[in-house]
Amino acid sequence: MTPVLSVQREDFDVAAELDALAVSAGDVGAVASFVGLCRSEGGRLAGLELEHYPGMAEAEIERVVAEAASRFDLLGATVIHRFGLLQPGERIVLVATAAGHRGAALEATTFIMDFLKTRAPFWKREHLQGGGLGPWVEASTTDALAERRWE
Amino acid sequence: MKIVYFSWVRERVGRPGEEVELPEGVATVQDLIGWLSARGEGYADAFANRGVVRAALDRRHVPPDSPLAGAREVAFFPPMTGG
Repeated sequence: MTPVLSVQREDFDVAAELDALAVSAGDVGAVASFVGLCRSEGGRLAGLELEHYPGMAEAEIERVVAEAASRFDLLGATVIHRFGLLQPGERIVLVATAAGHRGAALEATTFIMDFLKTRAPFWKREHLQGGGLGPWVEASTTDALAERRWE
Repeated sequence: MKIVYFSWVRERVGRPGEEVELPEGVATVQDLIGWLSARGEGYADAFANRGVVRAALDRRHVPPDSPLAGAREVAFFPPMTGG
């Protein structure tokens, strides 16, 4: 399995990415996906700025996907993570996996997402509605707990 | 050795990165944090809460007691909030 991995400023085409996974091997019976979006937090935010560590972000995503591939019977995987200033409603991240059956695809997608949250070097900063910079988003304990359940 | 900083660690330190000549006795990530913290108010502020800031050596996560020997690049940053 050769995963498709990208850290990029540009948006991505979810349907095209899922189609590519579906046709990547004739034995694919299931494609599962997660798309993370920028929230407005009830109209409070003008957007989120995503900073990343170039080089390590790609390397860490690759390590997480390799770990998923060793745990689950995957036939394909795609991870795209954006950086830069994103407005509410814009896509931030796509995680998609292909497998013979739904169990492996759904579980692997959740696994990759849980580990991306706590291991991939990205940091979000709030941009406020009406102008001005808000605080850096704090890491959530829910995310740390979500990672631990795979131990 | 090259040091890079991200997010609020970068803001508090006041620069995205720097080259440093490691002094005698600075052997681990934790030693380096201690040495940097003594370099000025911004550094002290960035590393004030020792348990919070994370480190990477040559683009891999490492614990604070990791030796620096052989590493080319060390990074300091807050817990990650991507995804």
